Amino acid sequence: MKFLRELLDKQKPLFHKGGKLENLYYLFEAGETFMFSPNHTNGIKGAQVKDAIDLKRMMITVVVAMIPCLLFGMYNTGHQHFLAVGETAGLWEDFGPKMLLGLQLVLPIVIVAYAAGGLVEAAFAVIRKHPINEGFLVTGMLIPLVVPASLPLWQVALATIFAVVIAKEVFGGTGMNILNVAMTARAFLYFAYPAQISGDQVWTYLGDKAPVDGFSGATALAVAYNAGVDGEQVSTALASHNSVLGDGLFSFVNLFVGWIPGSIGETSTLMALIGAAILIGTGVASWKIIVSGFAGAYLMGLIMNAFAVNEYMAMGPEYHLVMGGLAFGVVFMATDPVSASQTETGKWIYGLLIGVLTVIIRVTNPAYPEGIMLAVLLMNVFAPLIDFYVVKANKKRRLQRATV
Amino acid sequence: MSKLVKLKKGFDIKLVGKAEKKIVDFLPVQTFAIKPTDFIGMQRPKVVVNEGDIVKAGAPLLFDKAMDQVLYVSPVSGEIVEIKRGEKRKLLEIKILADKEISFESFQKYSEQELKSLSKQDALAQLTKGGVWPQFIQRPFGIVANPSDSPKAIFVSGFDTHPLAPDLSFTLKGMERFFQAGIDVLKKLTTGIVHLNVNADSEGSSVFSKIQGAQINSFSGPHPAGNVGVQIHHLNPVSKGEIAWTISPFGVVQVGKLFLEGIYDASKIIAITGSEAKITAYTKTYLGACVDKFVAGNLVKEHTRVISGNVLTGEKINKDGYLGYYHNQITLIPEGDYYEFLGWMKPTASKLSYHRALGLLSFLTPNKEFVLDSNVRGEERAFVQTGVFESVTPMDILPVYLLKAILAEDYDEMEELGIYELVEEDLALCEFVDVSKHPVQEILRKGIDLIQYS
Repeated sequence: MKFLRELLDKQKPLFHKGGKLENLYYLFEAGETFMFSPNHTNGIKGAQVKDAIDLKRMMITVVVAMIPCLLFGMYNTGHQHFLAVGETAGLWEDFGPKMLLGLQLVLPIVIVAYAAGGLVEAAFAVIRKHPINEGFLVTGMLIPLVVPASLPLWQVALATIFAVVIAKEVFGGTGMNILNVAMTARAFLYFAYPAQISGDQVWTYLGDKAPVDGFSGATALAVAYNAGVDGEQVSTALASHNSVLGDGLFSFVNLFVGWIPGSIGETSTLMALIGAAILIGTGVASWKIIVSGFAGAYLMGLIMNAFAVNEYMAMGPEYHLVMGGLAFGVVFMATDPVSASQTETGKWIYGLLIGVLTVIIRVTNPAYPEGIMLAVLLMNVFAPLIDFYVVKANKKRRLQRATV
Repeated sequence: MSKLVKLKKGFDIKLVGKAEKKIVDFLPVQTFAIKPTDFIGMQRPKVVVNEGDIVKAGAPLLFDKAMDQVLYVSPVSGEIVEIKRGEKRKLLEIKILADKEISFESFQKYSEQELKSLSKQDALAQLTKGGVWPQFIQRPFGIVANPSDSPKAIFVSGFDTHPLAPDLSFTLKGMERFFQAGIDVLKKLTTGIVHLNVNADSEGSSVFSKIQGAQINSFSGPHPAGNVGVQIHHLNPVSKGEIAWTISPFGVVQVGKLFLEGIYDASKIIAITGSEAKITAYTKTYLGACVDKFVAGNLVKEHTRVISGNVLTGEKINKDGYLGYYHNQITLIPEGDYYEFLGWMKPTASKLSYHRALGLLSFLTPNKEFVLDSNVRGEERAFVQTGVFESVTPMDILPVYLLKAILAEDYDEMEELGIYELVEEDLALCEFVDVSKHPVQEILRKGIDLIQYS
């Protein structure tokens, strides 16, 4: 440690004002503060001691909360492949090869996302002369988890760069952005390259192998939507889906645990809930948003039941909670403190509306099988409005008090 | 109608180095100082003494040309040894070398009976001339009150919930008579109520138990329940255009002594606290004392930060610096100017945190006393985390929105979000818990200045 410290201290003058590399100061600083917490002390006036938390620790907590989703996603990527090409049927058969394949597919995406995001972040830090923001630690992990494993790497890079620049840096960096950065990346891919991130063909990695006869790569949401169109009961349609591969692939339990095709990290409601437990336990994410997000989706599912004109609307609302990316989105995307509602009352409304909108988009819109992405982005835009009214109510209470 | 207010929000910072309840004699303090910078809102200080002058305790040293009837007086008798000025001749300190035996200027003396019939005019004249007036603080803005105002109420917080704060029931023991007289004088100054707020969580100070003429309210809950600003918010909040006054219990006792004994008595019992002090106890001295005698030989380590006041709102001073005018304690903590390898991700149970993010384990030991140093523990960032400030501010106020309004210099927004109700100490906890390490108190004062001088 001491050697490292001395090395840094020796290089430091190079990056300070007047040094040869002064333009790169913030890069040096980022590296230095990553290795060593700075020796800054509190000022003459004001709080003389500070809480042990900092933004780096907060952000790394979110990254750790995503690790269950990531590991599960890797294994599931391999599992879905082996299942589709007919090599294994059992869940835990061929554990090693499955994990290895998942690793081979997922790790490059993670690396590319981090590298692309990190480069943009560094470039802006140098040009705009601000410290490198820790926000991209989370963004770089979120993006890989919401794309299919078959996505070309250049698209991962492009989407990451687009999102970090357009959704974050143009507003001034972490803390100033309006939209969730990772969701923006996904929306960019969705609208720019729909062939690689929608439809029935992209969710299961096949490689150069042919799938077994009768294989369908559709997601549960697509199956449910089509059942609604065809007038077939959704639960029956889900139960009989892909029966060539095995029984009950889209059973409720499987949907909940996440042994289904989909984006890398979003298939497992269970893993998202473990993440939620970490985030809520550590107090990093708002439990109000998470609870109200699930509640909103369930309530809207019930309302759909009441007015059901097709089988999809009549589907049990609990299915909405386990299909698609709702759980992942509500736990990791909706709770981004910067783009979410910032008042405590606002968080209830914000989360609830995300759940409600997700189900509305899923069920009533033929173009978008999944609703969470657009629901989160839409509510990101409306969060300041919600806060505006919550803050206004606070001001009003103060005014009324004065006249009493 | 006395009130009981139960507060839930807040956070007690528990530190090592609480003062033992005993009076310890250190070597006698030789010099004392009045620092005009302690008086927020003092605009044009004018010194009325010269170096070499001999003064008695209670003799005027300076006044503010903007409010010239209020005299700032010498806490002790002795010789003016230095009038220290900084850049642009800004007045920094007036130092007095104290006599061994303090002699006092004499003011009009009243008996308890005579106090009952004291007129407001006579009261004001004696208070402003007798040196105790700077103890009256005006809300909004937290500045020295203007004697020509008529406050809607006067608030006294009878307890201090700051980290390692002195126990006022100990430091004010035996002062009941003066405290009562002080309250009697306060009643002349307002048409409203004199509120005396006591701690519902402790036995209650015997000093306050028999006080008459004030409305006694009880507050329970973690810090900042003892902050007078928080108490005002729950009793009779200050809105735009309104004025309330606050005064510390020490100030009330000083007022009482001024009228009953006819002297300006600046003697006070202060607490020597903090993890780096060998002896943590109370000691008797005078306002503005040089801290060298309390610090020298009393340090565990030389590399120590000396704080006049507490760790949340205090001020770093030199080892031979002077106790702030409003401070009743000094806190000695380790300096934190060191690097820590991977300090941002290492699990730690020895550093205090209000949060529970990964590896911050202090929440598992809620009753443990911590040693905290002056390290910032991170770097300043934009506001990211939400809802934390609100959870340590037991007032119906949205601190982050207010701070953003100040940074944007949006006057209307500042007013509407309640800047009139706050001074630095009310948001000091926000500064402590802030993930993004903003200088919250400094920002707030900037906003108050904008409003006050606009």
